Amino acid sequence: MKGILSSLRQLRQYPTAVIGMIIIGLLLVVSIITPIIMPYSEAIRLWRGGELVWRYYPRNAAPAWQNWFTSTDLAASVIIDSSKGDIEPTFEQISADTREGFYSYEFDFPYDTFPPEVILFAAAKYASKQPFVELTWITPDGREIRAGEFSATANTSVRFDQDTRLQRRLERETGIKGITVIEGLFDDPSKEGIQVLQGTYRLDATALLFEPESTLDMTFVSYGKVHGLAGTDHQRRDLTVALLWGTPIAMAFGLLAAVFTTVTTMSIAAFGVWTGGWVDGTIQRITEVNAIIPLLPILIMVGTLYSRSIWLMLGLVIVLSIFGLQIKNYRAIFLQVKESPYIDAARAYGAGSNRIIFRYLIPRVLPLIIPAIVILVPGFVFLEASLAVLGLGDPVLPTWGKLINDANTQGALFNGYYYWILLPSALLMIAGLAFAMVGFALDRIFNPRLREV
Amino acid sequence: MAANTITGDFNINAEVDVESIEASARKARMQGIKRLVRYTLLKLVALVFTVAVGVYITIVVANMGGAVDKIRLGTIRESVALAATADPAFKTMNSEQRVAYINSRVDLEIKRYGLDRPFLVRSFEYLWDGMTLNFGFSQQLVSDSGSRLVRNILLERLPSTLLLFGSANLILFFVALFAGLSLSRRYGSMADKVVLALAPTSAAPAWFYGLFLILIFAAMLKVLPFGGMVSAPPPDNPVDYLLSLLNHMILPMAAWLISAIFLTAYNWRTFFLIYSSEDYVEMAKAKGLSDRMIERRYILRPTLPNIITSFALLLITLWTGAIIFETVFNWPGIGQLYYRAIGAFDTPVIVANVVLYAYLLALTVFVLDFVYALVDPRVRVGDGGRK
Repeated sequence: MKGILSSLRQLRQYPTAVIGMIIIGLLLVVSIITPIIMPYSEAIRLWRGGELVWRYYPRNAAPAWQNWFTSTDLAASVIIDSSKGDIEPTFEQISADTREGFYSYEFDFPYDTFPPEVILFAAAKYASKQPFVELTWITPDGREIRAGEFSATANTSVRFDQDTRLQRRLERETGIKGITVIEGLFDDPSKEGIQVLQGTYRLDATALLFEPESTLDMTFVSYGKVHGLAGTDHQRRDLTVALLWGTPIAMAFGLLAAVFTTVTTMSIAAFGVWTGGWVDGTIQRITEVNAIIPLLPILIMVGTLYSRSIWLMLGLVIVLSIFGLQIKNYRAIFLQVKESPYIDAARAYGAGSNRIIFRYLIPRVLPLIIPAIVILVPGFVFLEASLAVLGLGDPVLPTWGKLINDANTQGALFNGYYYWILLPSALLMIAGLAFAMVGFALDRIFNPRLREV
Repeated sequence: MAANTITGDFNINAEVDVESIEASARKARMQGIKRLVRYTLLKLVALVFTVAVGVYITIVVANMGGAVDKIRLGTIRESVALAATADPAFKTMNSEQRVAYINSRVDLEIKRYGLDRPFLVRSFEYLWDGMTLNFGFSQQLVSDSGSRLVRNILLERLPSTLLLFGSANLILFFVALFAGLSLSRRYGSMADKVVLALAPTSAAPAWFYGLFLILIFAAMLKVLPFGGMVSAPPPDNPVDYLLSLLNHMILPMAAWLISAIFLTAYNWRTFFLIYSSEDYVEMAKAKGLSDRMIERRYILRPTLPNIITSFALLLITLWTGAIIFETVFNWPGIGQLYYRAIGAFDTPVIVANVVLYAYLLALTVFVLDFVYALVDPRVRVGDGGRK
């Protein structure tokens, strides 16, 4: 054990290994923290939640930090929610039953592009008479535009860009044929063509509530073209959820598969060598059969025909790798170790087979299995991603590979949503490289023959 | 799995007896041939058995232990019912007659597909057919020429796979060989360190680099196609066709190379370095042989078995990766066919594909043993050295 620790200490001499260790450490920290701040059930609820969870989020928005690299600032989301206390409506009693409420949504718009969507969500409580709302749009240069009226129900959404009357009114006011509602609302009339007028906008909503018990909450959302740390996908879902939850899944899949396959192949090799005879021969033959069975095609087959659960895949990978080709390598080493004098000594004092295998044979190869495990990890991480990219990812869990698959099926590269592929790929690459770099250094430390050259 | 060992003990008899030497040499040669034949046969039997077990497992999995039959029964019933409604005679029958009519047609179809016998019996028939490359008819997929023979479907796809992977791997082999040699010559130089630092990038599979290359060259720069094999519609002029083909091959080949080249060059450079510290290399240097001569005769030759093994193992792992690689690049090859066959639950095509893979893997293993003997005279095929 001490030997292993001192060997691990040698890792410090390899700068790539140090970087790799730091990255692995960070990934492990993220893997531990993510399930704490966002439990498994919460992650699945968010990811499979659909429009109700994500309706205030923009569709296909790039990460917010993309604006740092471009000269034109893409619009960011503006969400003003009266139920959360972002604004405080004022009420005026008009008659015994009727109140008039004033909702004033004021926001800064310092961006160079138009928002893709502008929606006012209203949630009203009433017994029989629906509250009535009138909207006025006030631009930074002081123009007032009548922006429609509606009767609020328990769940109303007013999509400005679908209001054809407003569109025609804006066409008349701006004098530009075919201008869309959003362009008309944000257009700068003093400039030629259609350009964004930057400044402070206001949407005034005047609501008539006809019942004393009646209430009305309204949320104004001007959707952005950029959003948050990681952007959003075609279903408005925030990619951070998948990127965060992808970490523990990738780590668990890679590490569990690597550890289990290495430990089982090594134990089987030790057992075979120690028992010898037909047992050893059978193990050898099974290994050869196993080498001919193509792993990925079988996994794909099981994924399509039976179940796509990530844990079933993990189990299958381990089962199919139990008799992996690594057995040959370990066997060669055990054959040498078996002849060592200390094994004879153990036998002489009457040690049983199990004792010799687990106390004398296996500890001898422990230094070899540490680099073997670390080097195997990236392969399994990418295997999970490969299955997901083929559309065989876990049906409920969000993973890095599933993000790439979603992006591919939605034509992200074709439509220019590069972040959608780049972010999960970058994480995959970082994770894979970190383990590979550490594994390489460990290999050189534990195999001195490599260190010389 | 190879039984080849390096026999280092040469017994040179001190007494010179020409006739007995000749006789024993002849005897040894005869024994050598006998051993070679016996070894080859044994190896072949073992490999065929191995392939059979692998294929049988595939058949059982692909048929879901017989569950696919239920799906097929359902589709047969549906298609029979659909065909019956189109039949004018069917409209005049009463309901009892209709049920009897449909049932008799379904029974006929079941007999036609051989579904009336137990799965266990049929699975062994499938195995025999699979092993003898008699793949039968597909259930869903049709070849571009309209054939339902699985063999035709496979044969139609095989050339494009072989073209892409053959040329990519050939380039990979020679680039890695020359890179390895030149790196071993310039051991410790900047280039050597760069390749060493880049070797871990091979942890990512080829399709992964393919995504990046598509992103850069197809989506952003718009200079190369996103995927496919030729532009649509295919050019009539053979020269244009060839150019279009080459244009479509650039990205997949580049992805294939990037994913494997650094690790392979690094590994081979290490082999070369190990062998260039041997005594006989020093001896050759002392004799004043040129560097190229030393490289070719004293370093490359003994290293070749190692290199070929590592290349063959690389091929085996990369080979199965073709499924996803071809899917990402939309390359009309065997891998993409496999993916489609699975999506369509087309068992005969799935099994045929896996059989193809299994045979290819077995062939690689088998050929490897003989290649060893060819490139390294110290290796004697069939010499049971493990005793």
